[in-house]
Amino acid sequence: MLSSIRLLTPVFVVALFAMTISLAAKPDLVNTAAGLAAWDQVYAVLVSPRCINCHTATNYPQQGDDRHRHFANVVRGPEGFGVPGLNCISCHQESNADSTGVPGGENWHLAPLSMQWQDVNDRPMSSAAVCRAVTDRSKNEDMDGPALLKHHAEADLVLWAWNPGRRPDGTMRTLPPISHQEFVAATRAWVEAGTPCPKGR
Amino acid sequence: MAKYRLTMNGSEKTVDVDPSTPLLWVLREELKLTGTKYGCGISACGACTVHVDGVATRSCVVPVSLIGKREIVTIEGVGSDPLGRAVQNAWVEKDVVQCGYCQSGQIMSAVALLKGTPNPTDKDVDESMGGNLCRCATYVRIREAIASASRQIKGAA
Amino acid sequence: MRPATELNRRSFIQLTTAATGGLLISLYLDKPSLIAQQPPPPKVYPPDAFVHVRRDGHIVITVNRLEFGQGVQTSLPMILADEMDADWSKVIAELAPAEDVYKDPLFGIQMVGGSGSIAHSFQQYRELGAKARAMLVAEAADRWKIPPDPCRTENSVVYGPGNRSSSYAELADGAAKRPVPQTVKLKNASEFRIIGKRVPRLDSHAKCDGSQKFGLDLDLPGMKIALVAHSPVFGGRVKSVDDRDARSLDGVRDVFEIPLAKGSAVAVVADRFWTAKQARDRLKIDWDLSGVERADTVQLLAKYKQMAATDGNVAINRGDTKAMDRVPAANRIVAEYEFPFLAHAPMEPLNATVKFEGDKAEAWVPSQFQTMDQMVIAEVLGLKPDKVTFHTEFAGGGFGRRATTDSHIPREAALIAKRLRGTPVKLIWSREDDVRGGYYRPMHVHRVEIGIGRDGMPVAWRHVVVGQSLLAGTPFAMMIKDGIDETAVEGAKDTSYDVPNFRVSVHHPTVNVPVLWWRSVGHTHSAFVMETLVDELATRAKVDPIAYRQKLLKADAKKLHSVLELLDQKSGWRKTLPRGRALGIACHESFDTAVACAVEVSIEDKRPRIHRATVAVNCGLAVNPLSVESQFQGGLGFGLTQLVAKGAITLKDGYIEQRNFDGYAPPYIIDVPTTVEVHIVPSTEPPTGCGEPPVPVISPAVVNALSRLTGKRYRTLPLTTI
Repeated sequence: MLSSIRLLTPVFVVALFAMTISLAAKPDLVNTAAGLAAWDQVYAVLVSPRCINCHTATNYPQQGDDRHRHFANVVRGPEGFGVPGLNCISCHQESNADSTGVPGGENWHLAPLSMQWQDVNDRPMSSAAVCRAVTDRSKNEDMDGPALLKHHAEADLVLWAWNPGRRPDGTMRTLPPISHQEFVAATRAWVEAGTPCPKGR
Repeated sequence: MAKYRLTMNGSEKTVDVDPSTPLLWVLREELKLTGTKYGCGISACGACTVHVDGVATRSCVVPVSLIGKREIVTIEGVGSDPLGRAVQNAWVEKDVVQCGYCQSGQIMSAVALLKGTPNPTDKDVDESMGGNLCRCATYVRIREAIASASRQIKGAA
Repeated sequence: MRPATELNRRSFIQLTTAATGGLLISLYLDKPSLIAQQPPPPKVYPPDAFVHVRRDGHIVITVNRLEFGQGVQTSLPMILADEMDADWSKVIAELAPAEDVYKDPLFGIQMVGGSGSIAHSFQQYRELGAKARAMLVAEAADRWKIPPDPCRTENSVVYGPGNRSSSYAELADGAAKRPVPQTVKLKNASEFRIIGKRVPRLDSHAKCDGSQKFGLDLDLPGMKIALVAHSPVFGGRVKSVDDRDARSLDGVRDVFEIPLAKGSAVAVVADRFWTAKQARDRLKIDWDLSGVERADTVQLLAKYKQMAATDGNVAINRGDTKAMDRVPAANRIVAEYEFPFLAHAPMEPLNATVKFEGDKAEAWVPSQFQTMDQMVIAEVLGLKPDKVTFHTEFAGGGFGRRATTDSHIPREAALIAKRLRGTPVKLIWSREDDVRGGYYRPMHVHRVEIGIGRDGMPVAWRHVVVGQSLLAGTPFAMMIKDGIDETAVEGAKDTSYDVPNFRVSVHHPTVNVPVLWWRSVGHTHSAFVMETLVDELATRAKVDPIAYRQKLLKADAKKLHSVLELLDQKSGWRKTLPRGRALGIACHESFDTAVACAVEVSIEDKRPRIHRATVAVNCGLAVNPLSVESQFQGGLGFGLTQLVAKGAITLKDGYIEQRNFDGYAPPYIIDVPTTVEVHIVPSTEPPTGCGEPPVPVISPAVVNALSRLTGKRYRTLPLTTI
C-alpha cells in the first residue's frame, strides 16, 4: 500500500498542476458563469419586499409583500430619514416592536436615490440594471467587492430582512427567498468572480 | 411586568408595566397624562405624537421597553418650551380646533416641524403634517397657525 | 308672525320657527310630533337649568347638545349671553346631562343631528337669556324700589337712574327666587352685541394643552376597561370560547359572553387597555355563522345594478312619463353611479362608561343621542331612565356615528357593568372594531336617464336610486311611507332644479350590514349625482356652469340663487386659471342651508390637488360667522372622504376587508384644499344648520374640475384612478 501511494504522489501532483493550468487557461469563463449564477441569487434577495421596499425611486417607501405605498403619507425627506414632523424613527425604533407590529432596526431610513432598485412606477429594475447600480462606486457609497460583502454580511438593516418581526395582525413577515447564510455565500462567490453583471438593459 | 424609569416632561417617573405596553398607554393609564390620544394604534393617524429626545414619535407603536433614558415631552409639557407655547398660542389665535381630539398630536408634530424648519413652505407643511389625521378637517387653519407661529418665532429671534 | 311649527318629513324633520324682533310666544314641543300632528301646549323652560350666575361673576351656561366639533358649546351660550347682556369674558359653557328639560325643542329627544342645534334652539336660548335678564332687572328694580322700565343692562351689570348699578353676581341669588316671566321681549337684530360676531371658541385652550377630557379619557376610582370580541360577520353567534390563554394574563378580570341585538359577542374586562387588548387577541372563539347572510360588495353591486334598471317605489313623478320617449337617443344621457359603504371613523374611538349600583346607575358617554342611550342603559339594568344619571362627555367627532337607533355602544357597556356591579366599566371600541363594526353610510347605485331639449336644458329626467333604508327596522321606521325612506332620495327628489317630467324612484334592498346616517345622509350621494350631471349638461350646452345652474333653478329657490350670485362675485380667480388647473362648480341645498362652491384643481402624484376653494353660504343669520367659516372649511375636507382612493369599506363573503386607517384612509392635509374662503350671504332669516351642508358639494365640485382636465366622467366612487 504505502509503496503505491509513494508511486502515485507525483502523478497526483502533476494532475493537480495540470488542472490548475487548465483552469488558468480559461479563468474568465468559469469565474463569470459562477459569478453570474451567484448574482442571480443575490438579485432575488435584493428585489424581494424586505429589501426593495426601502430601495425606491420615489419620495416614499413601500410596505408589505404587495409593496404598496407606505401609509400615512410618509416621505423620503432630503436625506432619506423622513421630515421633521414625520421621521422614519417617529415610528421605527432600533428593534422590532412585535407587540405593535412595527419593524425596527439600527438607524431606520431609506436607501438613497442612487441606490434605487425600481423605477418611478414602482417596478423592480432588471437584474442587469440592479447589478450595475450596486457595483457603481459613484452611487453605492464607494463600496468595492469586499465592502459589499461586508455590508451584506454585517449591516444591521440588511440583517433585519431575516428577522423582520410581526405585522400588526400578529402574523410574521415573509423572509427573502434564501437564508442570510446563503445570501452571504452567494455574495462572496459573486465578489470573488469579480462582481460580474449580466449583459443587457 | 417590569419597572421602567422614564424622564417625562422634565421629571422622573417610575412605572411597573408589561414591557410590550406602548408608551401611549403608559402615559395615559399609569401616569394619567390623557392629553396624548389613542386614535388608531398603528401609527397611521398621529394623535399619539409625543417628543422623544426631541423627535416627533408615535407613542402608540413604541413599546415602553424601547424608550430607555430618552427624554419624553408630551402635550402637557410642550408649553414649557417657548416654541411649544408659540404654537399653542397660534392654535388658539387662529381658532383651529373643532372636536379637538387630534390636536395634541397636530401640535406636537407642528412643533417638531418648526424646530427643524423654522420657516416652512407649503410643501414642508404637506410633508411634516401629512401623516396627521383630522376628521373634522381643520387642516386649513392648521396651515394658518403654523404660518403664524413661524412668524412669531422669527419675530422673537 | 307665523307662530305655528310645521313638520315636514324631508330628510329628518324640519322646523320653521317664528323669529321676530319683538314679542315672542314660546312654542316648543314636548314630544316629536311624528305621530300626532297637533302642537302640544307651550312649555316654559326654566332659566335656572340653563344659566347660573356665580358669586364670582362667572356665568355658567348649560348647553343642551353634545359638543363634537361643531362649536355649539360656544354658539348657544353666545345666543343666551347676548339676550342676557352678560359679560362674555365671564361665560363658561357646560354640557347638559340627559334630562327632560334639555331635549331638542323640535325633535323632543335630547340629541344632536340634522344640523339642528342652532336652528332648533336659537329661539329657545334667546328666550332663556331674555328671561334671565328680566329676572335680574326685576331684582335690581325691587331693591331700588323703582319700576324696571328705566333700568338698562350691559356686560353683566344692571344700571338704574341716578348712577345706580348692581352686578349680576350681586343680584343672582335674589333674582333666582323670582317668578320666571311667561313672555319676554327679545332684542332687535340691530341690538345684537355678540350674535353675529366672529367669536373665538371657548374650548380652544383646553384642547390645545391636553387638559380637555373626552369620553375616552375618563378615569374613575376602581374603573375597569372592557373590550368586546365581535363576530367577523354581522350577526354571528358565539359557539365556543377558549379563554385560558386570555385569562392567564396578569390583570384580566373577567371573560364572558354577552348577547347582542343580533348574535352574541365576548367581553373581556381588565385593569388596563393594553391588557384587555392582548387578552382579547388571545381568545380562541368559534363563531356560529349558520343562517347568517354574508354580504359581499361585488355581489351587491351586481344586484344593485340589476335593480337600478327597473322602476322602484316612486318618490316623485312630475309631468309626463312619456316625455323621455320623445327625445332622440343622441340627446339623452344615461349614467350609472356607484357609491361604496363609508365608515364615519371619528378620531375618538367609540366608548361608554357605566357604573351600576343595583338601584341606580351612572353613565358617561360622548353621545349624540342622550335620551335614547339613557333609555337603553336603564332597560338593560332594569331601572327607570331617571335612575340613570347620564353625563354628556365631550366627543372627538361623531358625524352621526354616536347616534345609533339601537344605542349599541351604551348597551354593551351596560351589559358588562351589570355583571360587574359596583365597578365602573369603560367600554372601548378599538379602531379596528370601529372600521369593521358596521353602521356605515350604505352602498348606493343611481341610474339616471336625462332627455335634453334643443336649448340644452333637460326636458325629462328618470332617476332610480338603490340603497338600504336607514330607518327600516328602527324606532323611526314609521317614517317610511309607501316603501320610501326619504333619507335615500333627499337631494334628488326635492331638487330645486326646474325639470319638467321628473321621476325619482327607489329600491331598498335588505342587506346584513348595519347602516347609519353619515354627515349629510342622503345628500352625500344624491348631490354628487345631481351636480355632476348638471355640470355635464352645462358643458354640453357650452354654458358657464354657474350661469347654467342659475337658469335651471326654480325662481323661488332663493337661497340657492343667492349663493350662486355671491359665488359668482367672489370667484373672479376662476376666469384666469394657470395651465394644468381646472375649475369645478357645484351647489346644493340641504338642511335648509344653501351652498355653492368653486374649486381649483390640478392632478399631482396621480391624485387630485385642490389648490383653493371658494364657498358661498346662505344659512340665514350666522350666529357665529367664525364658526360657520370653520364648519365649511372642515366640512369640505370631511366631504372629500368620498373621493380619496382608500375611502371605501368593502366586504368579501361577509368579512370586512379593511382593518384600520391603513386600509380605510380618510383625507389627510394634502387631500383637502390648501385654502378655503367662505362668504356668507348677509341675512336676518332664522339661522339654519352648517354641520352637514358643506359635505355634499365638495366631491362633485372636484370631480367636475377633473372632468375638465381629463375629459373623463367619474361616476364610481372613490376615485382609485384618475
